[in-house]
Parts: sequence; C-alpha cells; structure tokens
Amino acid sequence: MHAPGPQPKKRLLRLKLNGRWREDAVAEKQLLVDYLRDVAHLTGVKTGCDGGECGACTVLVDGEAVPSCITLAVRCEGRHVETIEGVAKQARLSALQTAFHEKLGTQCGFCTPGMIMAAEALLRRNPAPSDGEIRAALSGNLCRCTGYVKIIESVKAAAGQLT
Amino acid sequence: MTAAPTPYGKLARRGVPLIDGIEKVTGRARYTADLDHADALVGRILRSPVSHGDIVQLDVSKARAIEGVVAIVTGADCAHTYGVLPIAMNEYPLARGRVRYRGEPIAAVAAIDEETAERALGLIELEVKALPAYYTSADARAPGAVLLHDDKPGNLERDVHHTFGDVAQGFAAADLVREEQFSCAEINHAQIEPHASLSEYDPATGRLTVQTVSQVGYYLHLMLAQCLEMDSSRIRVIKPFIGGGFGARVEALNFEIVTALLARAANGKVMMQLTREETFITHRARPQTDIKLKLGMSKTGRFTACELQVVQRGGAYAGYGIITILYAGALLHGIYDIPAVKYDGYRVYANLPPCGAMRGHGGVNTRHAFECLVDRMARELGLDPFAVRRANLLQAPTRTMNDLVVNSYGLSECLDRVEHASGWRARLGKLPPGKGLGMACSHYVSGAAKPIHRTGEPHAVVNLKLDFDGGVTALTGAADIGQGSSTMVAIAVAETLDISLDRIRVISADTAITPKDNGAYSSRITFMVGNAAIDAAKNLKTILVKAAAKKLEANPEDIECGEVFRVGGGDQSSLSFADVVAAALVDEGAITVKGSFTCPPDFHGGKHRGGAVGSTMGFSYAAQVVEVSVDDATGLVTVDKVWVALDCGHAINPLAVEGQVEGSVWMGMGQAMCEETRYLEGLPAHASFLEYRMPTIAESPPIEVQIVETHDPYGPFGAKEASEGALAGFPPALVNAIANALGLDLNEIPVTPDRVMEALTQRRRQARLAKSVKAAS
Repeated sequence: MHAPGPQPKKRLLRLKLNGRWREDAVAEKQLLVDYLRDVAHLTGVKTGCDGGECGACTVLVDGEAVPSCITLAVRCEGRHVETIEGVAKQARLSALQTAFHEKLGTQCGFCTPGMIMAAEALLRRNPAPSDGEIRAALSGNLCRCTGYVKIIESVKAAAGQLT
Repeated sequence: MTAAPTPYGKLARRGVPLIDGIEKVTGRARYTADLDHADALVGRILRSPVSHGDIVQLDVSKARAIEGVVAIVTGADCAHTYGVLPIAMNEYPLARGRVRYRGEPIAAVAAIDEETAERALGLIELEVKALPAYYTSADARAPGAVLLHDDKPGNLERDVHHTFGDVAQGFAAADLVREEQFSCAEINHAQIEPHASLSEYDPATGRLTVQTVSQVGYYLHLMLAQCLEMDSSRIRVIKPFIGGGFGARVEALNFEIVTALLARAANGKVMMQLTREETFITHRARPQTDIKLKLGMSKTGRFTACELQVVQRGGAYAGYGIITILYAGALLHGIYDIPAVKYDGYRVYANLPPCGAMRGHGGVNTRHAFECLVDRMARELGLDPFAVRRANLLQAPTRTMNDLVVNSYGLSECLDRVEHASGWRARLGKLPPGKGLGMACSHYVSGAAKPIHRTGEPHAVVNLKLDFDGGVTALTGAADIGQGSSTMVAIAVAETLDISLDRIRVISADTAITPKDNGAYSSRITFMVGNAAIDAAKNLKTILVKAAAKKLEANPEDIECGEVFRVGGGDQSSLSFADVVAAALVDEGAITVKGSFTCPPDFHGGKHRGGAVGSTMGFSYAAQVVEVSVDDATGLVTVDKVWVALDCGHAINPLAVEGQVEGSVWMGMGQAMCEETRYLEGLPAHASFLEYRMPTIAESPPIEVQIVETHDPYGPFGAKEASEGALAGFPPALVNAIANALGLDLNEIPVTPDRVMEALTQRRRQARLAKSVKAAS
C-alpha cells in the first residue's frame, strides 16, 4: 500500500519463554506485554489498565512476579519469562489452576492469569503463606468480580491448607 | 452455608465449578482483544476537548491524506440516534453539530497501525464554539441554563411523581417523623477488561460481523442495523469471553457502533481497543444522587408513611436514565410493608459522560438512604434495628401498592441468620471503643417482567440439539459475563434430564446461532433463561422417553430418564443413554427442541406511567451485618467482617451463588468506602485504577454467606436472582456500623477518611461551641 515509515531501532532478544529458548528482533521500546501478546501470541497475558495499575499482565521473570506492561521486553535478555500458558505441565493443571477453578477463584477470568502468576511467585518462595502474606502478595492484582474471598481460599487450597 | 433438601440438586449441592473455568485458569479464554486481528486496521477515536459546544468546523481532509489512513468517519456518516428506550434515543455514535461532554466521540480513524491512526487524529481540524457547561444537577436546573437538549426544558430528562396511599394521614399517625438528606457519589463499573470491539465488513457479501464486549448482543445488533441502515439479516454479533460487565455493557455503546462504521467505510476489519481512560469515559454507571427522605414511624417501629425525593445527575444523554429514575422510586416497595409512599424523582442532564445501568440498578442509593434513616429512628425510639425491620415484613404472596408481585419472601429468615451468625445480640454495644456493628436489608428483581422491547415474544428461548454423538448442545443468547450463566443453563438441562453435566455443551450469545435473548441485565438470566432451559429439556425428555418406551416395549409413563433409562425403577430392562439417542434418531435424524419462558401480563407492574419498572416474578432478599473499626485519629474505616444472608429461592449452583453474593457485597463496599468519579470542569480526574480507588485484596474483609431457600413458585427449581440483591445493603450497614462505633451519622458516601475526619471535626467544633454558649449563659 505504501512504503514503510522509519523503523524503530531493534535488538535481538534471546530469552527463555515458558521453558524454551527463543530469539526475536524486538524494538527497544517494546513493552514485554506487547512482545508476549503480539509476537509470541501468548494472549493469556492481559492488559487491563493504562500502565502498572491492575496486575492483569503479571508474568514471572526469573521467578519474580512482574507487571509486563511496565517492563521493557529487552530487559528480559537471557532471563526466564513464564506466563499462564506455561504453568500447566503436559496439559495438567497446576495446583493453583485447579484451586482457582474448583474454588471459583475466577469469575469473569480476566484478572485470573495475572492473579495466578502472582500467587505462583508467592507459593514458590513461601509454600505455606498466611492470610496476610497472601493479601500482601496479591495486593497489586485487582479483581472486580469475587470480592477476593474465593481468591484467598483458592491460594490456600493450592498451598494445601484447605481441603 | 446450608441448603434445604429439594427435589433437585443431585448435582453436588456444594456447587459446580464453571463449565468454562478451565479456559480461564489456563489463559486459553479469548477475550475481544485476544482475537486474531493481525490483518485488522487499528481504530482510534477523536474525542471532544470541551464539555459543551457547537462544532463549527470539522475538517478531516489532512488526516485522510496521510498514507496508511484507510477510513475516517464523522457524525456526517451516521444520521441515526441510538439508545435504550425507543422514546429516548438522543445520542449519535459520533457527535453531530453539538458536543455535550468532554470525551464525547467526534470522529474516528481506521489506519494500518497505531502510530498512523494517532497521527491522523492529530491532523483532524476541529473548532468548537463553547457553550456554558453544567457539572451539577443544581446548575443544570438553574433558571436560564442553556439546554443540553432543546426538547427538555430545565435540563430535566424525566420527572416522576408517584403517590400510593394517604401520605398525610400516615405522617399524622406517626409517633416519630424524621427527614434527612443523603448524597451518593457517582461511581463506575470498573470491570477489569477495557472496552474492545472487532468489526469486519465484507463488501462482497454485504455482511457485518461484530465481536464485542456486549452483555446484550441483540440490542447492539438492532442498533447496528439502525445506525448503519443495514438489513438486520446481514449482521452478526458475537460475544467472546467478557471480562466483567456489571451493567457497563448492557447498552449498545458508541465505540461499538463507531467500529462498525469504520469497518464498513474501510471495507474491511477494524480492531478498536479503548484505553482504561476511554473505558471510564464511556461510563454508563451509577449517577451522583441527592436524596431527601422523610419517614414516619410508630413507637413500635411500624412504618406509617414515606416521602422520597431523588435527584440523579444523569450525564449528557438519556441512556437508561428514565428507567434508573423509575427504579429509584419503585424499589422502595417490595421489601417492607409501608402504608403510604410518595415519590418524586428527577433525572437531570449535565455535561458529563452519560450514566446508565449498574449492578443494583436504580435501587441502591434509595435503599442506602432508607436503611440509614430507619436505623437512626430506631435508635431514637430505643428499638433494635432487627426488631424494626421485623415489624414491617411483608407476607408472601402479596401485591404491593405499586402493583409489584411478591411471590416468595425470605427476608425474615435472612434476618434470623445474620443476627445469629454475627452474634448481634451478645455483641452489640459491647465492642471495644472504635468498633461497631451495623445492619441493613435489600432486595432486587429477578429480571424485569416487562422487557424494553415489547415485541410479544417470550422473555427467553433456549434451543437444545441432540445428535448421534449423544452430546446435548444448549444454544442460548444469554451472555455469560463471568456470573456463570452458561454453567447454570448446563445444570438446568442436566438436572431435568438427570444426565451427566459433561454431556452438555453451551453455546451462547452469537446472534447468528443462538436464539434471541434479552441478555445479561436486571438479573434475569437464572429466572428466565433457567426456566426456558428446563422447558427445553422437558421437551427433549419427552422425545427420549417415547423412544425408550418403544424400544423397551413399555409405557412412557413408566420410563425413568437418565444416563440409564429404566422401566419402573427396576433394573431388569434398561437402555444406555447412547442406545436411547440412537433409537430416537431413527427416521428423525438430529433432534432439535425449543424451550421458552414468558412472564404473564399479571406480573407486568402497575398501570400508572412507568409502572412496569420494578416489576418482576421474583424478588431476592438479603440482610447483612457489617463489623467495622474506625480510627478517630485518621478517619480510616476498616471492615472487619461481613455476614450476609440471601434468599435466592433455590441455589442452582451454590458455589456460584456464594461467589455472586461475595462479589456484590464487596462492590457495595467499594461504593460505600472509596469509589467516586470526580471531574474537574468536566475533565475526568478519576479515569485510572490509581485514581479510581477500588478496595484491593489487602482491605477486603471476610464475607460469610448464608443461602436462604424459599423455593419461589415460579423460579426455575424455585430459584431467584443472586447477583445484585445483596449489594444495596452494604453501604447503609457500613454507615450504621460507623454510627454504632462513633455515634456519628454520615450522610455522604463514599465514607472516605477525609469525610469521616470532617464529620469528627465538625462534631468537636459543635461540642466546643455548645460548651462556650453554656459557659456564656
């Protein structure tokens, strides 16, 4: 249709994504959320706000929960990025996924991937969190459906604290 | 949670996870923004920079000349208004001639990428001659104010005046009459998914396909046909997964129509993703409301009369306004026995984003004022808040003065449950300083008995398809927006046929495939679509039983339906479900049955003007107790715990009912404590999740839910709604709890720390003043 305009400066990004190494040419200014959604097609990563407010885009970078909408993709060079799509192993749901499903920790589901990733980071560093620790770890993740009651129940169930 | 045994409920009375839950927890669920749109153009909207004015010049020629801009549409491209009530559609998808709020769409661009679209917006030449703008109801109603809409003098969209019973006599008979004024801030739904719409127009076939965030695809379908002047049969509206609604997406929304206009102008596919700020500006939520309430009470706590005045600042366009202002009066009724009621409602236009329907539509702020005033008068008369409510209960079945029908009524049991669970009697007045208990009741409709479009069709239709594979596919237009309505449909079908839930597939909300449905609003789906699903399943059962009877050489009356079909309960002769399906398909092929549900005219409300609003076949009822701690040094209110009981008739899925009750109570908490939209000269100052403060997990209390089952005579398996009824009780229960903790009556919500501090400071000042006056005399 027309000649492309000036291209933004790109860099070769090498990272491990959900356990597999890959390389992509990405613009230096590209946000991790856009890289994950538009380049890697991992649309489980959600955008719910205009930047850093809601936690729907939470992913793990080297095991730490990070809002991918205020993280540059190139900052993940050589690091391990995990999204909701990488949590189930051989299509078997993780303990958190099972709990969020069975305990109704998810209603509309839009905040759920980010919520589960934030909880995943918590349980990896603290397998038996208290209510207060769960609340602190998830305080950057907004949910508008559940009132959080069943989210806390889900995390506790996944941690083996509830039956 | 306990539930009485019922004939139904073989499917785990503890509840069933959502049938689409696994897609949600794995990230496989596709919301509108997740749909493949690599080949789509990017849509962007130019919005009004002023609150009120006449468009003097709008020149898109420079923007159109940029390479990569494929289409631009303006008000000139759509001369049709859209809206909700056929009599009140006064909004254009793109402004024509006049803009009435800051952020109103004026033009839209479809371009090959975001940068190009943004650049094009910047090159659109717009000149607006500013007019005086009004940001409060009082200013908009002031004499001489410029009219937002020429046909609405006084900037009054609608005034409602209803009187039932002898109000003067009621007040004369009262032992105590009190009047108070309350103010409730405007709030927003703030569903976590930002608005998005993907439209594709195929010029070769003249067909338009819209995938969008709508709660009511069929309304949007109608509005698209109207605004695009298209034959309705060429349009298809599909609901992907939706990230919450709460009423935000009940109306057809301007950006959805704009995206379709762009797609047609571009002869292609356009993806429109609104920012969070634009999502806030699209609004359609609960209006800022001023309430004046006068109540008469006998010394035993009986209500004698009630006078209510409600002023809603409705924003710039009609939307749901007329219905909201009618609900605000109608929902005074149907919960208590009040012998005389006068209602005056005023819906006012102002130069702000249009308000609309939001969870608890119209009734929440009225309920807040009522339950607060009842508590204060009870205190003055030395009566217990529970006792006052109990003194005014209805007896079901009954018909209210405004012709609403109450068929089942569990409020009394709700009161008993939360009074007991919260330890009310033992703990009230014995809590440490700064702590308090408060309670309130609320109710809501299970679907509007009279639909907005009175076409004569049933209120709900469900189709079931059964084929060679033995799977039952339920087709419903009802939009599952996270509340679990598709799961409810699956359970209703499975329970009726007594078959495994795994056999059921639900396909929902696609206007090309699923039967028309009035959608997810007024908490109608469980009651109406649930009944239609049961009806369809019964029709399917008749066919299967007949086939089984023939095969087993038995009477159809003796056949028991299920995963195994048996004769008369014996296990001598039986057939598997698959065998019965095979038998039923002989000579017939795939089976399609239909079920429907209609609210008979007897339930359609009063004959008075606006009397249809509030009418329903089943009211849900709720009572709740809120425990708070208030820090009188900072004004910070902390909710320690909530006990809530909801009469939902019968919990078809107790797990989902609990989730809905928790969510609605919590949403009431947000409105009560911190949520508030604020505008600076019409500029939204709240339009992000940092500025619009919703409670986070850190400050959200435990909520103990009790389900009360009254087995409504008309509800599906006796069920009523569960998603909205408990919301309205929270704000007054909180304010009553603060009164209990501090002896401070607050008349404004949200009860932010600064409002509490202001009230405390004022009280101290008054105490000092009283002391000095006393000293001087």
